[in-house]
Amino acid sequence: MNTEKDGGTSTERRDAMAARLQSIMDSDGESIGRMTRTANQLSAYAYDQFDATEQLRGEGRKIKENAIENLPALLDQIQKSVESNGGTVHLASSAEDANRIIREIMAREDAEMLVKSKSMTTEELAVNDSLETAGYDVVETDLGEFVIQLADEKPSHLIGPAMHKSPGEIADLFNDTYGLTGDDALSDSPQELTAFAREKVGEQIRQADVGMTGANFVVAETGTLMLVTNEGNARKTAVTPPTHIAVAGIEKLVPSITDLQPFTELIARAGTGQDLTSYISLLTPPVETPIPDFEADTLRPADDREFHLVLVDNGRMAMREDEQLRETLYCIRCGACSNSCANFQELGGHAFGGETYTGGIGTGWEAGVNGTESAAEMGDLCTGCSRCVPRCPVKIDIPWINTVVRDRLNRGGDPDSFDLLVDGLTPDEESTGLDPQKRFFGNIETLAKVGSYAPRVSNAAISSQPGRWLLSQLFGIDSDRTLPALAEETLREWYGARGPQVANPERDVVLYPDLYTEYFDPERGKAAVAVLEALNCRVHIPPVPESGRAPLSQGMVETAREQAESVHSALVSQLDRGRDVVVIEPSDLAMFREEYERLLPEPSFTRLNENSYEILEYVYGLCENGESIDSLSTAAGPLSPVESRLRLRTETVAYHSHCQQRTLGLESYTTELLSDAGYSVRTASVECCGMAGSFGYKQEYAGVSRAVGEELADDFGDTVGELVVASGTSCQEQLGWLYDREVPHPVELLAPPGAD
Amino acid sequence: MTTERVDSFISAVGATATVHTSTVEQFTETVTDVVTEPAIGTAIGLEGVSLDNTPVETDLTPVALEQAQTGVTPATYAIADYGTITVPTDDEGTELVSLYTPQHVAVLAASQLVPNMEAAYERFGAGFAENSETDGAQPQTQVFATGPSATADMGTLVQGVHGPHEVHIILVEDR
Ligand code: SF4
Repeated sequence: MNTEKDGGTSTERRDAMAARLQSIMDSDGESIGRMTRTANQLSAYAYDQFDATEQLRGEGRKIKENAIENLPALLDQIQKSVESNGGTVHLASSAEDANRIIREIMAREDAEMLVKSKSMTTEELAVNDSLETAGYDVVETDLGEFVIQLADEKPSHLIGPAMHKSPGEIADLFNDTYGLTGDDALSDSPQELTAFAREKVGEQIRQADVGMTGANFVVAETGTLMLVTNEGNARKTAVTPPTHIAVAGIEKLVPSITDLQPFTELIARAGTGQDLTSYISLLTPPVETPIPDFEADTLRPADDREFHLVLVDNGRMAMREDEQLRETLYCIRCGACSNSCANFQELGGHAFGGETYTGGIGTGWEAGVNGTESAAEMGDLCTGCSRCVPRCPVKIDIPWINTVVRDRLNRGGDPDSFDLLVDGLTPDEESTGLDPQKRFFGNIETLAKVGSYAPRVSNAAISSQPGRWLLSQLFGIDSDRTLPALAEETLREWYGARGPQVANPERDVVLYPDLYTEYFDPERGKAAVAVLEALNCRVHIPPVPESGRAPLSQGMVETAREQAESVHSALVSQLDRGRDVVVIEPSDLAMFREEYERLLPEPSFTRLNENSYEILEYVYGLCENGESIDSLSTAAGPLSPVESRLRLRTETVAYHSHCQQRTLGLESYTTELLSDAGYSVRTASVECCGMAGSFGYKQEYAGVSRAVGEELADDFGDTVGELVVASGTSCQEQLGWLYDREVPHPVELLAPPGAD
Repeated sequence: MTTERVDSFISAVGATATVHTSTVEQFTETVTDVVTEPAIGTAIGLEGVSLDNTPVETDLTPVALEQAQTGVTPATYAIADYGTITVPTDDEGTELVSLYTPQHVAVLAASQLVPNMEAAYERFGAGFAENSETDGAQPQTQVFATGPSATADMGTLVQGVHGPHEVHIILVEDR
């Protein structure tokens, strides 16, 4: 049954994936976690302290958009400018082509040894393999690259290739490789390791025939390369040997020198949290520096310098033509998206990576240069939490690229024997061949609807042993997890029987019955109704479909688009009546405010975007505009229903916001309101709970999800006697599971008693 | 130059380098105090400023380069907001001297101190473009150098990798 093309059942495949992720977490997780979390915090601080961050992000984005648009003209221009400077430009259509060109230059120069500074593009081309196979010596001069070259491993991060290795592991590697024992053996002191590696590498740079660098940017007008480094190895690599080969993707071209300014000021802030790296070279080769011949102790004239610029297409022109992948070409490879990603922090690029590229944007690069299949394993590790988006210096919608690639992979999948069974329950717009697990979560609304005709029967079936076994076999749902139970009565059933209860309403408000509130947790909806009514709003809860978040997170773009259209149709007459739409679930609000821009016609999107609010953002606004917070349940006032139910009267609250809520800048409304209501509010510095909708339920990812969640729980520390509240469904679930207690939505804490 | 700009440059430099201000007359003394011998240098190109009568050798060879403790070079601009200097490339080997020696001493006229990155780009933006047409006097290569070279690849920040681990900047009052 359900036999996969690579052999084994899908359950076996999911288990194997879970085991692989666990072993990478064990080996790489600690170092990666320490380095990425530090960089992420420094970067947040650097962005915050710099008053031009947003302006320059906008300018940088524009420059890249225009440069990619005008790429053919820039390619013409760079050939002329480099040639007039005295260098040669080679256009390489593929990796093979590039490697052939490089080997030919080596042969023509009669070279034996090449030193290299760090370059992801040369990793993509596998330049080292090509040269070594042809009999040349290749030495990496960036210390991190040097480490992984000795270890024969792949980079685990865009800018920190050896980030997964601890100093102790590096010491062992050096001691083994160079046979250092006894007093000669190196300790795990980073100073000692750096000094040792510097000596080893330094010798090689002085002897090399050819120096190879990448380029962060290439200026078409002048033939100038921008190289961003801290160590100084790229500077030495470029000017010490007589021949310099620079290898760069064609997307690195920008028109003029002044275009480099925004990137100069942003790239380090984004990637490492420095204001600038130690060195940023604006290098226009062949340079005027005389050539030092250390053996002969002479300086040769600079006229002897050779410079070759190898510009690599390898799929990039096709990416440029691809409306969805084009944005990937704006990436300046700063690594910020990886550092800000909770799953990346746990795993690093050996799990969250493809053949060459790592982290969230790696999916776009892999799909573009190595083919969609190479992005297959990594793509699901992006949960769409969106925390990378505000960090990207060129404003790339990284989650969207992951969604698109997932959608393409879904469509390319093989037909599966369970399709017929699943099809009956899952009326989506997707092609057959979709992974049944994705189909299950993507169509959760239909399943919930069907199930809620007889919630007890459904719940009993799901939580029974055979039921869980079936869920794990059919849909890959982790058997340690309990799927949320369906409520006895949906929110709309309750509200239909109860009706609005407000004497003299000031305004009419639509409460969006999100899937989770409607079917699984009507309590948060009832609390929202009570709070809104206490602030003189008449509440309407019309039937509105699921936002499309569920299918979108499984990469089912067309289904999500259908959902978006239906949501808009269901709300349009409400909007026509001038009613505001209030949303409890942040991931659904983020659909209305962000993703719908891609799914709906512009006027429909704008209308929904401008008139929808997160519940406590709205309540905050009401209180700012004349309503009184004293109408709600405050710390000093009457107990809210949830406090009565949990028998907990507390003035201290540990609050966890939601990733997308943070990206939308809405976290502070909740913390301020709770403080205004007299609570003392604690928040954690860890941003992600790790659950991310369906992610934590999936057999293969449950372990990663738990590890991310535990970081959060560690950060919160002791919560005895506190109420833990969270804004997102998934966060409520995850924290509830970690703390083994009910974790309500903050609106429940503010609900006045007696609204039922 | 405004003393305000010099002050903000010095505060941006912070602990990453040491800034010395000097008159043209004091220059010989200032350099002599700062350098560790053996020292090697390239022509500074400022009126009235020379490395004659200082311990700094100007006869560059690869061996002298490897043995030098200090390298003295001109810098083109300094950027007040960042505490950054820009090091030019020339046929005397300024790039090599500023890079291979453990202690780098950069010399520039205080009038070359610009307020921010935008101003720096405006100045050499024009120069780069012009140069690519006419081979003018403006250097075609500039390295923004901010503090010593560094790496975090071995698990924590270590200063002094392939470039210098100590940097001094001498601002010569020229107006
Ligand atoms: S996608 Fe953005 S944040 Fe990620 S590496 Fe590229 S430029 Fe940096």
